[in-house]
Amino acid sequence: MTASASIDTHCPYCALQCAMSIDNGKVSPREFPTNRGGLCQKGWTSAELLTSPARLTTPLVRRDGELTPATWDEALDLVADKLGQLRQAHGPDSVGVFGGGGLTNEKSYLLGKFARVALGTSQIDYNGRFCMSSAAAAGMKAFGLDRGMPFPVTDLDRADAILLVGGNPAETMPPFVQHLKNAELIVIDPRRTPTAELATLHLQPAPGTDLALALGLLHTAVADGHLDREYLAERTTGFDDAWRIAATWWPERVERVTGVPVADQRAAVRILAEAANAYILTGRGTEQHASGADTVSAWINLALALGLPGTKYSGYGCLTGQGNGQGGREHGQKADQLPGYRKIDDPAAREHIMNVWGVDDLPGPGRSAYELLDALGQPDGPKALLVFGSNVIVSAPSSQHVADRLAALDLLVVCDLVLSETAAVADVVLPITQWAEESGTMTNLEGRILLRQVAVAAPEGVRSDLDVLRGLATRLGQPAERFPTDPETVFEELRLASKGGTADYSGVTYERLRQGEALHWPVVQESTPRNFLDRFAHPDGLARFIPVEHRGPVEMPDAEYPLQATTGRVLQHYQSGAQTRLVAELNRAEPEAYVEVHPDTATRAGLGNGAMAAVVSRRGRTVARVRCVPSMRIDVVFLPFHYAGDGRANLLTNPVLDPTSRMPEFKVCAVRLESV
Amino acid sequence: MRNVVIVGYGMAGARLADEIRRRDPKAERVSLTVLGDESHPAYNRVLLSSVVAGSLTPEAVRLHDPDWAAKHHVDLRLGGTVTKIDRTRRVVHVDDTEVPYDALVLATGARSWVPPTPGLLDGNGALAPGAVAFRSLDDCARIVEKASPGTPVAVLGGGLLGLEAARGLAGRGCLVTVVHPVGHLMERQLDAGAGRVLATTLNGLGIEFRLGVLATKYVPGDGLELDDGTHVPADLVVVSAGVRAETGLAEQAGIEVDRGILVDDALRTSDPRVHAIGDCAQHVGTVSGLVQPAWEQAAVLADRLTGVAPAARYAGTTVVTRLKARDVDLAALGDVHVPVDSVDDEVLCFQDPARGRYAKLVLRDDKVTGAIVLGAPDAAAAITQLFDRGLPAPTDRLALLLGRALPAENEASPADLPAAAVVCRCNTVSKGQLVSAWRGGATTLSAIAEVTRASTGCGGCKDAVCGIVDWLAASQPQSA
Repeated sequence: MTASASIDTHCPYCALQCAMSIDNGKVSPREFPTNRGGLCQKGWTSAELLTSPARLTTPLVRRDGELTPATWDEALDLVADKLGQLRQAHGPDSVGVFGGGGLTNEKSYLLGKFARVALGTSQIDYNGRFCMSSAAAAGMKAFGLDRGMPFPVTDLDRADAILLVGGNPAETMPPFVQHLKNAELIVIDPRRTPTAELATLHLQPAPGTDLALALGLLHTAVADGHLDREYLAERTTGFDDAWRIAATWWPERVERVTGVPVADQRAAVRILAEAANAYILTGRGTEQHASGADTVSAWINLALALGLPGTKYSGYGCLTGQGNGQGGREHGQKADQLPGYRKIDDPAAREHIMNVWGVDDLPGPGRSAYELLDALGQPDGPKALLVFGSNVIVSAPSSQHVADRLAALDLLVVCDLVLSETAAVADVVLPITQWAEESGTMTNLEGRILLRQVAVAAPEGVRSDLDVLRGLATRLGQPAERFPTDPETVFEELRLASKGGTADYSGVTYERLRQGEALHWPVVQESTPRNFLDRFAHPDGLARFIPVEHRGPVEMPDAEYPLQATTGRVLQHYQSGAQTRLVAELNRAEPEAYVEVHPDTATRAGLGNGAMAAVVSRRGRTVARVRCVPSMRIDVVFLPFHYAGDGRANLLTNPVLDPTSRMPEFKVCAVRLESV
Repeated sequence: MRNVVIVGYGMAGARLADEIRRRDPKAERVSLTVLGDESHPAYNRVLLSSVVAGSLTPEAVRLHDPDWAAKHHVDLRLGGTVTKIDRTRRVVHVDDTEVPYDALVLATGARSWVPPTPGLLDGNGALAPGAVAFRSLDDCARIVEKASPGTPVAVLGGGLLGLEAARGLAGRGCLVTVVHPVGHLMERQLDAGAGRVLATTLNGLGIEFRLGVLATKYVPGDGLELDDGTHVPADLVVVSAGVRAETGLAEQAGIEVDRGILVDDALRTSDPRVHAIGDCAQHVGTVSGLVQPAWEQAAVLADRLTGVAPAARYAGTTVVTRLKARDVDLAALGDVHVPVDSVDDEVLCFQDPARGRYAKLVLRDDKVTGAIVLGAPDAAAAITQLFDRGLPAPTDRLALLLGRALPAENEASPADLPAAAVVCRCNTVSKGQLVSAWRGGATTLSAIAEVTRASTGCGGCKDAVCGIVDWLAASQPQSA
């Protein structure tokens, strides 16, 4: 730690990217439009990991079953040799790459390029598939463009009403809650979360029934005379087909399926419709389903019916989760995408990217995240996997199955700053730099590009992901200049690659960012704080209603598994918890896996508050401490997914995928409760 | 390919066609003919009360667009009358043409029953001028045409549909009187107590009632005479006295019929090539007249006719009655006619007629077997969920009946808060930590924020932290 002056940066965790300064290794909050000088406990303690004894500082190679220290050259040579052999024997798709939504734009971009150029594989996807994919797919369909919030966060301050569906920002991005304070807040969540506690109106649907609820609210909007017909005619197309389905979801039918009282459905629509400025926001709760993309389409349909999207100080947005969940999905680490949010099967897009990269061919689309993990070690699946910025053994669904697939690989390489649960089973672990030790850009939840600059010196022995990519690429025969290690150089190339794409960063420079300019993409020259004010991004400029029908959870409760489990987050932990579980203060506050249960349900299972319980699904068994919570539905249990080992909530979850977004059904599966 | 012919293009017939095409979208398994006697596309009968109320247009309640049949490979023939089923030759006669079938589905629905009140029918057996049934979209148009504000309207029948029509008409500003032969409303679904509270509630919305009386005469342009000697003025009489299953075709073809067309769990009639679903069918003694059973039957029959699930069986439908009337929240389900002092059941009852609330809950082995919930929207939703999902009722029965947990006590003063209570959630700061910080000299909000980080996240706890600071300052002994 040699930095002496205070350096401005942003928090390493969620998509709010709270502004902070680092001075002598100490973090302090900074005034910024998104966090307004606020930080949650994760942010305040984020610097602890910079000096954590758990930090990896040397490459590890598995020898005789044990991970043992190795030099960088040994480790990289070993990996490159093995990848070369596999490629020779089984073709380029025998190597897979798994990225993350926490990686900077530069890393996401170069990782995609590395996979497609140095490895020549189509088999690359990332954990954002588990995060933003449903909202992204629905946003693309409706608007022709997916920017989580197509307006600055501060626009929410002017809202008179906000409908927040399946989001719990009071825990997941606490300083964001400041922007909800001026509005009448309606929260839709099966649980009475701390966010629901802030609401004027809390609708509590049965898990997996949000789509029916959205259809019902559209029905009520029409029946109660709130349809914005002028807006419909001028700015949208497809209402009639969407209405045919919503017409069959009258409020009493919706109540029976969802459990949300008719009176509350009406009240919610009335509050939204009577507000001068109103927003509908979605989060993972409504998106992480096998019908997640359609569910988001249904919420967007409601927003369109009320005339919100593309109207100043009104709109639809989704709350991006991971730190770079927005940028991470734009620059080519997704199986079906190329930089600039281009489609990999679009000939013009391929042509453009091949020109920028100086290559004459590119692989086509590959498997989505869970399908990729599921294929590992299978006869036609990848035999090696390189993991960057993800801890799939904890965060992927049906995690025992995922662990089994990882074990079937010939080679698993994990780049991480600590020995995550996934790193612990790897053949090679490469220690990398973290947020404050490297520069790079992040795109926050409002599509604003932020520059994080080096604030402290990295410990001896670690390298950046960019270094790792170059080290491997050159060993695989690539020219070194094709894989720069300087983030700004990579960014300059990303500008060219994204130019003309949906997410156009061509006008963004490090210099403009250093000057503090607020740049929301697309940026050809000027920033675009608000998309869609004049037109939507489809060729005809109109937004599309998407006709969608309710399907319900794939797995319903039965005699053997009579309860429904839903998963989520706690304030003190981030994602798989690989980092936050190492911060003593956070771990003290939330040290272990728990399960929230209605007191009657606990009693029936012979369990008291504080007892250890087993939650069992068709896929696995999670051990967690019982918390009796009277506001829980009697047939629902809740588990946070941040914990390792037996406490992994994802041992239970159902890996069935959404047909469009390939999102697994994290948010609802059938379980039973047992004492242990 | 098998020829499936559906007679009837109402909610059941249209749904069956949809379900078949969902399983066989390209018409590779089944060729489908739908025969409808009305000339317009199928519409959603459940929403007719919304059309009467004026909240939905007739166009908005259509089930299909005009191009639906072409898009889904359906031979849709509208406006024809099916005159006969020839079971030996396996054809149905539509006016002068014959339509052959391998499997025939009767979805002929039900027709309004008109009480034998003198004057209600004209010489030709049609309803007399000013009298309209409440069954079809055309009926709604006739009702709406006459229902200008201030018009005196009588509704014959205080059942579910009659009350929905009455509520819609009152909402339009009509002066509505409901005439009902039984002593309380919706007697099939409600007990007398609930019926009374419901009448009071509806009365508050401008609807008057004549209960336990029969109409003895209808005089067009004047109104109804009742058997208690009184008179109800009415420029419009809406007849909603019940329906009868439309079984004529089946009967004529020699298919077994009781109150409806008899079907088994496979929805087969006494002729296994002929099926019946919806309002015209009678399954295990029940002729439902509701949409949900019709839709569930359509799904089962589509599974069978397309061969997607040949073993599919219809096991009956759990019915929940929900009055669709603005500002009235009523749900009734299961067996509600159980006395409060029943030995075998646990019966809870709550009455608050002055506020339009009535709740009766019947439980057996902790599970809901019957309920009436009026004026308690949250309870209605929660109890329905318990009933539908077969869940045990929460031990806190009172909260269940009221629909919400009782409101919390007034917020605890800082003094009463336990030391471990978390005041700042964003930074997990407890009252105890705040007190320690204050004792350590951090006696202002900013100083306490500096030491503990309380209030530095979302800022939502600022008032609570200030409250604790003030309380600490006030409880400090005055020093000289």
